[in-house]
Amino acid sequence: MAAVTVKNLWKEYGDQVVLENLNLQIADREFVTLIGASGCGKTTFLRMLLGVEQPTRGQLLIDGQPVPPEPGPDRGIVFQRYSLFPHLSVLENLMLGLEFSGSRWLGKLFGARRRAALEKAESLLEAIGLHTARDKYPSQLSGGMQQRLSIAQSVIREPKILLLDEPFGALDPGITADMHEIILRLWQANRMTIFMITHDLKESFQLGTRLLVFDKRRHDPHAPERYGATVTYDIPLNRKKQAMPAPALTVELAR
Amino acid sequence: MPRLVNLHPSRGGALALGALPFLLLIAAYLFGSATRLAENPDDKLLPAPSAMVDTLKSYAIEEDRRSGEILWWLDTGASMKRLLIALGISALVGIVGGLAIGALPLVRSLLGPFVAALAMIPPLAILPILFIVLGLGEVAKIALIVFGVAPCIVRDVSLRAGELPKEQLIKAQTLGASSWLLATRVILPQLWPRLIDALRLTLGSAWLFLIAAEAIASTEGLGYRIFLVRRYLAMDVILPYVIWITLLAYTMDWLLRNTRARLFPWAEAH
Ligand SMILES: Nc1ncnc2c1ncn2[C@@H]1O[C@H](COP(=O)(O)OP(=O)(O)O)[C@@H](O)[C@H]1O
Ligand SMILES: [Mg+2]
Repeated sequence: MAAVTVKNLWKEYGDQVVLENLNLQIADREFVTLIGASGCGKTTFLRMLLGVEQPTRGQLLIDGQPVPPEPGPDRGIVFQRYSLFPHLSVLENLMLGLEFSGSRWLGKLFGARRRAALEKAESLLEAIGLHTARDKYPSQLSGGMQQRLSIAQSVIREPKILLLDEPFGALDPGITADMHEIILRLWQANRMTIFMITHDLKESFQLGTRLLVFDKRRHDPHAPERYGATVTYDIPLNRKKQAMPAPALTVELAR
Repeated sequence: MPRLVNLHPSRGGALALGALPFLLLIAAYLFGSATRLAENPDDKLLPAPSAMVDTLKSYAIEEDRRSGEILWWLDTGASMKRLLIALGISALVGIVGGLAIGALPLVRSLLGPFVAALAMIPPLAILPILFIVLGLGEVAKIALIVFGVAPCIVRDVSLRAGELPKEQLIKAQTLGASSWLLATRVILPQLWPRLIDALRLTLGSAWLFLIAAEAIASTEGLGYRIFLVRRYLAMDVILPYVIWITLLAYTMDWLLRNTRARLFPWAEAH
């Protein structure tokens, strides 16, 4: 379960109003796409959900509870870049989340628990088409492979919410179809609520079940920082995605 | 004719070019030595290679008449022991301090300015203090080297920790990492290559401080010997010792570089 409630949410940096009076009710398992002009506060909104930025006023709730003030395993994130660990191989990058949860002091697994984690990681590698690159380092992968790995890495801990900040923005247009298929597959398999920022309008319609457009309602030509952006269009995209079967991650990973 | 900036030597050409300055230096020495010795067979400034080989033999193979020791190896052993212990301590201080300062904002606020100030003190200026407080034994010499290089290593390693992309650290937290796991599994492993780089960079000053300490208060060691025989203008001892020190330093640098490439292949440029 991960329903998100936004009530009278404001975010300001000093005198600059970034977001003003946001009100939203996002259902569990929604695939929300966010678009809007650069600099209008989409990343800021995601960072508040992540817990690295706090609202100035108003409430941001996940399942009725305020968002914790720190990132945690219930909220996964995929950035445009830099979210892989360069000193770990592809397989180790994927295993890391499982090792963190399974071993508080060493961060490493042994024996049967390691085999179980390996199995899970390897079937996920297979699912994202990276099993042949399992022993490579991130710097040896193409941009598309890196982003696939980063998505899989975020999903392996089975977060309730997955946040994606322009995840395909730096990739060749030719490979986005593959990426879309992977993200939809993982979304359906994992019962998570997704928030994805994109600058590609077509992509936002193709992937989302709900589209939020961020923009400023009011402008003060003499003081552009005086008014913030808010959600100007909230468009339900009536696709049948949510009705599709949603096996648990373990089922998907078993084969 | 291509531009000069686009002219690259072949493999053999690069080797030949690299060897050229060495050969020129040796040739100049041989010429100078022969000229001076022709004028005055007792000249001590530029001894003939044969004289140096003779001295080398008496230092490196034969026992010293007074002490019964083989001086060359006695000096090498004493100096290397001091240097390696000091570098080991410095590396340990560097990695622990660099990790703590780089990873924990509280420690950064606490120790960052202090370490920056420490690194600014000229180590040789506190050498007398070290000798007064720690005595003239091994501890003071090792302390001088540690004092001279450890603050720089701490600073360099902590800078590296601060350079790690914020995205990586946030991502690790969303994967459930505690502060401890973040430090040991994400940050620390990425600091090792930088520690080795920092050690390589400080190797020169480590030797400098070693030789300075040995010159002032010691009874054996490479630096001690050079400064001892200086009184007799014994260039036939000093020159082989300098070449030997250079060789040792170069070998240590080479070992560190190779270790880095072997242990941390992910950190090599692709
Ligand atoms: N830490 C911060 N301090 C001050 N201003 C910030 C900070 N983070 C973001 N901003 C400002 O907030 C605005 C929104 O930024 P952002 O959320 O990154 O926009 P978007 O992701 O929609 O392009 C920008 O004007 C940016 O300069
Ligand atoms: Mg942004």
